[in-house]
Amino acid sequence: MFVIVVGGGKVGYYLTKELIESGHEVVLLEKDPGRASQIADEIGSVVLARDGCEGKYLAEAGANRADIVAAVTGDDEDNLVICQMAKHHFSVPRTIARVNNPKNEHLFRQLGVDEIISPTRMILGSIEQDIPVHELLHLGALGGGELEIIEAHLQPGSPAVGRTPRELEIPEGCTLFAVVRDGVPTPLRPETVLRTGDKVIAIGRTECEALLHEQLIGEEPEIEPADAR
Amino acid sequence: MKSVIVGCGRVGATLAEALDALGHEVVVIDIRTSAFDRLSSSFRGSAIRGDGTDEDVLRRAGVEGADFFIALTEGDNRNVMAAQIAARVFGVPRVVAKINDPVRADAYATLGIATLCRTNLMVDAIYEYLGYPRQHPPGVVRPVTGEPVPGGTAPGGTSSQEA
Repeated sequence: MFVIVVGGGKVGYYLTKELIESGHEVVLLEKDPGRASQIADEIGSVVLARDGCEGKYLAEAGANRADIVAAVTGDDEDNLVICQMAKHHFSVPRTIARVNNPKNEHLFRQLGVDEIISPTRMILGSIEQDIPVHELLHLGALGGGELEIIEAHLQPGSPAVGRTPRELEIPEGCTLFAVVRDGVPTPLRPETVLRTGDKVIAIGRTECEALLHEQLIGEEPEIEPADAR
Repeated sequence: MKSVIVGCGRVGATLAEALDALGHEVVVIDIRTSAFDRLSSSFRGSAIRGDGTDEDVLRRAGVEGADFFIALTEGDNRNVMAAQIAARVFGVPRVVAKINDPVRADAYATLGIATLCRTNLMVDAIYEYLGYPRQHPPGVVRPVTGEPVPGGTAPGGTSSQEA
């Protein structure tokens, strides 16, 4: 595979190195000449000291025949533009963007980026798994990010408590498939009566999340914005 | 009319005051508070400090419900991203992004964004002054494909009256 990596920070550097070691053809674009030559000294002449946001340099790197473009700079806006240029200007089949602000994940997807990696979301997910919160937890993504596996920890006051999945309005494109009760996972049947403390595992399209939240957690509480004036 | 401007540089500040004078409800966003010093004391709009590519900041600025959104920061990619959030997330009907790199400006014109390229505008102005024909469409370049701009002329046409 021919991969173009844009951004020679820590992520880009190790990614390039690993890809070369696994036998892939790689070009790394890093706009800072100092950083670029430092990387070139270490891993060889796969580095172009150019700004990967510029179409001209993506072309120079071989974007016309690239299988994958991975935009891993520290700036979301740069990663978005790199992927959009790759996708729409060079018809690169697969684009991958690193996203820092988790709120940008949906936007990037909507704007045509194929795969989105959010370190913030991953760490957040890992923390949230250990802390009981009145929210839906994201356990993972499937199908290139269109589907999500979600866990809902039922609290007293949840509209789902005392009801069966059959009685809930589960949005289309979404399935409740398991319940973890007292640490024991079992398939969730339509007639299972849900209890406080149950962890309901669902799989569904990302846009179903709000409805699922309403059904399993309840209406979102009114939160005063911290910066309210 | 409600207008949101991202980037309170010379152009952003001048445009903000001009639209304010026309009676628009104007909100200016900039990452540096000092940028707002460019606004005169008679400016009646609001100034919000924040990152114009952050959805939460844009929501706070009231981009939802704005009629016009223009991204004028010194970063092409910031402008492109802010403009796409305004159009896609908040459904602002008229959105313009300043993109100084002509290649990127061209690429995004085919991606459905109205663009303003300072490089092309200035080169053309100098060409015309020297008596040569201009090389690019004048003013804001409307997207060549994608959804039509409400209230606008046919896609692919140009207008110098928008900004």
